[in-house]
Amino acid sequence: MDLGLLVEWIIKSVVIMGVLLTGFAYETWLERKVVSKMQFRIGPNRAGPFGLLLPLADGIKLIFKEELTPAMADKWVFRIAPIMSMVVALITFAVIPVGPSINLFGRVIPLRLADVNIGLMYVLAVSSLGIYGIVLGGWSSNNKYALLGGMRSAAQLISYELALGLSLMGVVMLTGSLSLVDIVNAQAGNFWNWNIFLQPLGFILYGICGLAETNRAPFDLPEAEQELTAGYHTEYSGMKFALFFMAEYINMVNVSAIASTMFLGGWRAPFGFIPEWTGPIWFFIKVITFLFIYIWLRATVPRLRYDQLMNFGWKVLLPLAIANVIVTAITMALRQVYAPNAVVTVTFGSLLLMIAAVFLWRSWTSRSMRRRPPLHGTSAEGAARTA
Amino acid sequence: MPQDFLPILVLFIMSVGLGILVLIIARLFGPRVPTRAKMMPYESGMRPIGQAMRRLPIRYYLTATLFIVFDIEIVFLYPWAVVYKRMNPIWVGLAEILFFFVLVIIGYVYLLRKGALEWE
Repeated sequence: MDLGLLVEWIIKSVVIMGVLLTGFAYETWLERKVVSKMQFRIGPNRAGPFGLLLPLADGIKLIFKEELTPAMADKWVFRIAPIMSMVVALITFAVIPVGPSINLFGRVIPLRLADVNIGLMYVLAVSSLGIYGIVLGGWSSNNKYALLGGMRSAAQLISYELALGLSLMGVVMLTGSLSLVDIVNAQAGNFWNWNIFLQPLGFILYGICGLAETNRAPFDLPEAEQELTAGYHTEYSGMKFALFFMAEYINMVNVSAIASTMFLGGWRAPFGFIPEWTGPIWFFIKVITFLFIYIWLRATVPRLRYDQLMNFGWKVLLPLAIANVIVTAITMALRQVYAPNAVVTVTFGSLLLMIAAVFLWRSWTSRSMRRRPPLHGTSAEGAARTA
Repeated sequence: MPQDFLPILVLFIMSVGLGILVLIIARLFGPRVPTRAKMMPYESGMRPIGQAMRRLPIRYYLTATLFIVFDIEIVFLYPWAVVYKRMNPIWVGLAEILFFFVLVIIGYVYLLRKGALEWE
């Protein structure tokens, strides 16, 4: 094997890890700052200018904290679970292209770690492995809150995984490849070639499922403070807690990066005349935009109730995602047979479906509002108690 | 190609190393003063009642079973999605997928009617 290649991989791995970990640190800063502005507070402003050194201070503080392992906990699983979460979050990023190939020191270096031909499958498979860390962490703490948090997380993740997988299928059908590099190349040129214009519904579905997959508000039931203290990481402290935190925030970056790659042209600039080497900058801008939307949603939207969450996943998102695949298939066939150049048909089908979805959603919410769950136990029990 | 995955292996090994390193560093610098009350599982300040590792509501198992059924269907769909564009004539692919989805939707409606997707 070529030694130079190995060195290249190691350097790229270090860069990916460095960027993701720094990104994680400043994501926490960005989140605090943005949420505080939205709530008319000042936010972090003591450590350094604009509180920019706060992530560093947090890290140092966590290193010097005592790490508790609760009695009766499964010691080894308890230790391994946070590492598992973090590793999975880090390696998901490996297949995402952040730019074109560049010439450096007489070598052609593609700005991605790996180009596997099943890139998208790899991302889906690896990102759903993250649940193991969460469930095992919750289970091994031997704490009821943690266990419930872990189970909730698992149920939520597997329910939204279905719609997530289906929502990306439209893009795969249009591109005819699972490699993320091919998908980005298929969106080359000006911004109207981006898949978001062909798959608006797929984009929205992916955005919602991505929120649920990363356990972020309004889908943060596994960590609902009012009900479960801190969910699966109730018993974690010090750096072990930091690893779980890291995994969650890096997963946010991953979801944003996949959304940009699949629907917004990845590192491609909005106009064809902009030189290709600006790719990483555009990629960064797109990812930051998504992260901002994440934080914005957290500051705005209240948390769902658990039955609402499951109903929404199984009865709204899953049928919509299936419908999206069917409509895309039909419009693609129509396009190929009757009008080879009409891109419009695919968009049109998707938009039509979206309007139908809005009507479905409105009728569903009005029904769910009317049916309130009983406060204690089943309604029969409640009736018996009052009688 | 299997060798395409080698760089991912490099990243994997390095991130596992990082995780272990972080825990070792924290162990070296953090204080370790365990007391009995501190090691108790947190239960809102109460003494924990019983073990936490016990049986769970059957709902979770039902969700897991449904997930496996539907997720395998999705995995089978991906190869179709990749070749759909190149199928000649494309109607064959369309007919296949419509037939497949009719079967899936029959199963889905059955689940709905059985009340398998109700969370109360």
